[in-house]
Formats: sequence, C-alpha cells, structure tokens
Amino acid sequence: MIDLTTRVGPLTLVNPFIAASGCFGYGVEYKDVIALDRLGAVAVKGLFLAERQGHPPPRIVETPAGMLNAIGLQGIGVHRFVRERLPELRALGATVIVNICGSTLDEYVEVARVLSDQEGVAALELNISCPNIKEGGIQFGCSLTGTYDVVSAIRQVTRLPVVPKLTPNVTSVASFARAAEDAGADAISLVNTFLAMVIDVETRRPVLSNGMGGLSGPAIRPIAVRMVYECRREVKIPIIGMGGIASARDAIEFLLAGASAVQVGTANFVDPFIWERLITGLGEYMTRHGVSCVADLVGAAHATAVDPQCASS
Amino acid sequence: MLVDLPAPVLSNLRLSAHYNVVALEAPAIAHTGRPGQFVMVKPSPGFEPLLRRPFSIFEIVRDAAGGPVGVSILSKAIGITTRQIYSLAPGDTVQCLGPLGRAFSMPGAGQHAWMVAGGVGLAPFVTLAEALRGQGTKTTLFYGGRSREDLFYLELFEGLGVRLVLATEDGSRGERGRITVPLDRALGEARDLDVRLYACGPEPMLAAVAHLAARHGRACEVSVERVMGCGLGGCYSCVVPALDAGGRQHFVRSCVGGPVFDAASLVWE
Repeated sequence: MIDLTTRVGPLTLVNPFIAASGCFGYGVEYKDVIALDRLGAVAVKGLFLAERQGHPPPRIVETPAGMLNAIGLQGIGVHRFVRERLPELRALGATVIVNICGSTLDEYVEVARVLSDQEGVAALELNISCPNIKEGGIQFGCSLTGTYDVVSAIRQVTRLPVVPKLTPNVTSVASFARAAEDAGADAISLVNTFLAMVIDVETRRPVLSNGMGGLSGPAIRPIAVRMVYECRREVKIPIIGMGGIASARDAIEFLLAGASAVQVGTANFVDPFIWERLITGLGEYMTRHGVSCVADLVGAAHATAVDPQCASS
Repeated sequence: MLVDLPAPVLSNLRLSAHYNVVALEAPAIAHTGRPGQFVMVKPSPGFEPLLRRPFSIFEIVRDAAGGPVGVSILSKAIGITTRQIYSLAPGDTVQCLGPLGRAFSMPGAGQHAWMVAGGVGLAPFVTLAEALRGQGTKTTLFYGGRSREDLFYLELFEGLGVRLVLATEDGSRGERGRITVPLDRALGEARDLDVRLYACGPEPMLAAVAHLAARHGRACEVSVERVMGCGLGGCYSCVVPALDAGGRQHFVRSCVGGPVFDAASLVWE
C-alpha cells in the first residue's frame, strides 16, 4: 500500500505537492483545473497588510529553460484575502499556506496576527526572500540577524506553523536555515528565485520594467537541489524544497536531497494540469522502488541518515 | 469547459513570409469557445521556449456537416514560438489550452458593429463577424496593414456580409495611412447610427480607437495583447492599467479580466 502523505513539522499533507506562492494566484483561480483538496497544500500569493499595485509591465521574460519575473508582489492585502478568498478556499477543502510579507517587522507581525485568528489557515510562509521589491522581505532574508528577528517575532504571536522561505541569493543558505531553526521556525522552504537580468540588445535596456527579476524554472533546479541537500545536513526542521520542478522525477530528487514536501511554480504555468501527473508519477516510483511511505525517500541521497518518520507511523 | 489537448494540426496555411493560419483539431474547445476568447499554445515540448503563448481563436473549424471540430489561430512569425508555429505540418501536435478569457459582448437589436483591426489584430474578428451575422447585426470591418500583402481574408468577411474599409501605410490598398483616419471620419458622418466599436491591434491603434470612441460617445471594446505567463490568473504578468469604480488606477490581469475590456475602463497613455 503506497502512502503519499507527508509530515512537515506539525502539518500532515495528503501528498508532498504544494502549489508555489506567486504561481497560483490565491488558489481559487485554479478550482476548475484541479480540485484543490487533491494538492498537499496551496501557498497563496504573498500578502502585505494593504493592497499593492506591483511593478508596471513587462513583468516577465523567458530565458533558456526558465523565466524571470518582477511582479512586485501585486496583491489584495491580508484583510481582503480573509474576506474575499479564504472562505472559498475553506469551502474547497484546500490546505492553505499563506505567504506573508512586510515592509517592516511590525507589518509582518500584524499580518501574522490577522491570519492567526482565521479558520482555514494551515501555516504561514514568511516571504523574506522576494528579490523584486526594495523595502522589506529581502532585507530580512539576506541578514542572519534579520532572519532570526522576523522569525522569532512571528513565532511569539502565532500558534500556526511558521515556515520562512529562504533566498538563494546569499553565500551560505545553510547558515540562514540555521538562523531560522534557532528562532523557532517549524520548517523552512527554499529556494526563492535567483536574482537575474535580461538585456534587450536592440534597445540596450533591461527587458523588465524593474530592471532585475527572479529566475525560476528548470534552469535553476540543480542549484536548488544542492541547497536543499546542504540545509538538510545543517538543520533538523523539515524542508519544503522547490526550484524548477517540472515532473515527478524532479520532485523525487528534492525529496531524496532532504525535502519533506515540494512546491511547484513555473511548471504550473506551462501545464496547469501537472498535478495529477506528479501524484501518479510519485506513486509509480514508490511502487517500483518498494517504498511504502514518502518519509522513506526524504533525505535518502545522504550517505549518513537523516531521520524523518512515516506520516502514518 | 476548460480543456488542455494535444491538438493535431489539420492544416497550415502560409499567407505570406510571416503570417500563417494553423487549424487545430480540438472539438472540446471549438464547441464552447466564444468570440474574443483565446487559447494558450505550446507548439513543441521541452524548455525552449518554456512557456505557452496566447492566441485569439481565429476561426471555428467545421466538418462537412458544419459541426465544430477545431479552432484555427492567426500567427505572425516574430519569435521562437511563432516561428515554430510557422513551420508546423499536418500531423504535428500542438498543446492547446482553452477556451480562456472574457469574450466580446454582443450588440443589441438595431445597433451597428464596427470592428477595427490592425495587422495580426484581425485575429478575433472572424468568429465575431460570424456571431454578428448570426444575429443579423450590420457589420463593418476597418482593417489596416502595412501594405496590401498584409491584408488577409477579405473575401471571407465579404462573404459574411461585412462592409470593408481598408487602409495601408504605403497606400497599396484602400486609403493611405492609418485606419483610424477613415474611422474618425466615418464616426463623424454616422451621428444618427447606434454604433458599437470593437478593436484589436497594436497598442497605439487601440489607444487611438479608445480616444475616438470617447470623443464620439460610442461604446467600445478592445482586445489587448500582453506578455502572458499562464493564461489562468496565476502569475500576474499580463496586467494592464485600469480604473476601478472610484477612479483609482490599478493593474488588472488581461487573462482573466480580459483580454476583452471596455475601452473606457482602461488607462490609455
């Protein structure tokens, strides 16, 4: 009997596949494509306290096996999310991870407070890694003390699982994983996008209105896998891995590197019906390898064992 | 209903060195697609290019008995995807997701429909013209291109009873110059007609048509074309500046809020 459930700290997910924040709207946009309760979880688009306009277009540009985005965290703000989107997500049975943002520590804390009072929020993913906005986010995510401070401040105001999302745009991601764990994070998710640029050689200007953007897609996958592998050796808390996953095989690579669940973003743009293929593909792999639970795959690429347990045990 | 199909190529009609029309076997999309809606197309598997591209549904392809069996797309080869589309052959398959987006709204009884197309902006108007003919609306197509070689499907529109007003930049067919010049003149001469405008084409043309519609007090819908990541509202890349009820500017996603918008609801530079 194949069991696809997976534990991510206090969370138990029906399978390891999570729709990545910023790549799935607020989830409800996809309700006619995939029953949202078929997904391990839905990580909704990043929310500040107030609405945000985001950057002017062009906001994306393609690259070999990837794409850059600089959306600028356009969003409806946490209050409208709670009023206008959360009830429907709850009705659809989605496991909702809310990605939260802040320009200041106080804003992160306030957004976390608002969400902690709501039924139907499964966890908070802290966006301390968006490369595309000047204020907030990355200023916490690129500093070890900043990461520690924002995680511990939110830890104090919520009983929800706290999952900081780490940036790869630092020298040692593992040291940031350590800071997050020390501050009381329940899990970490990684990686956010890689800061990058595309220049139009005819106009001699960057293509994106914001100049720089974040690189995602299959192009970044081997770097992301390496970073998950490094973090698995550094911390005990569970990891949600992501970066260029476009097939069950890619997802399994992240599990073997040490992720207990994975997020899929860019590939969902290419194929919004990818989820059933991922679920089926993982089940087939587990059958073929005689593995009955996801935890038996988590970290299995490490020569010395890391120790998650089967969700059902 | 939204579907994603590996759609076999039925035909590839090369209209010029750049323009072509590919007919795809996609009954589920042909049955439910409405004028102004679009499909997201990926002509080759793999990661180069990675993303799909949006195309208006150009025609509903029908079998001998008139039943809808597929859709066609009008493409201009300018990038990787459109060059791949230009070189497709019958028997190839194209991944095709649709129908997507907001369709045109139809004119009321007694209203006249004036469609304004620039270049590849002709794309949504065959299906619209068919629907307009179906309800007996008097229809005119204002159609501009670089030269007469860039004006396509004129006989098809004439066959649907559509009056044609043409303009080319080099004057090789119709009036010399931009299509908005004869449009402006016609709007001035048609004060007694209840006219509803529909426009699709380059951004400056859309802005000009929107301004003309406002100046002449005519309802106008535009179909916008933006760089689009997903087509489903997931990525927030295809935004256009719009005004909300309070007159405040904000960005709306053209994939789910459009691609057809009331011209008066958008912000024109």
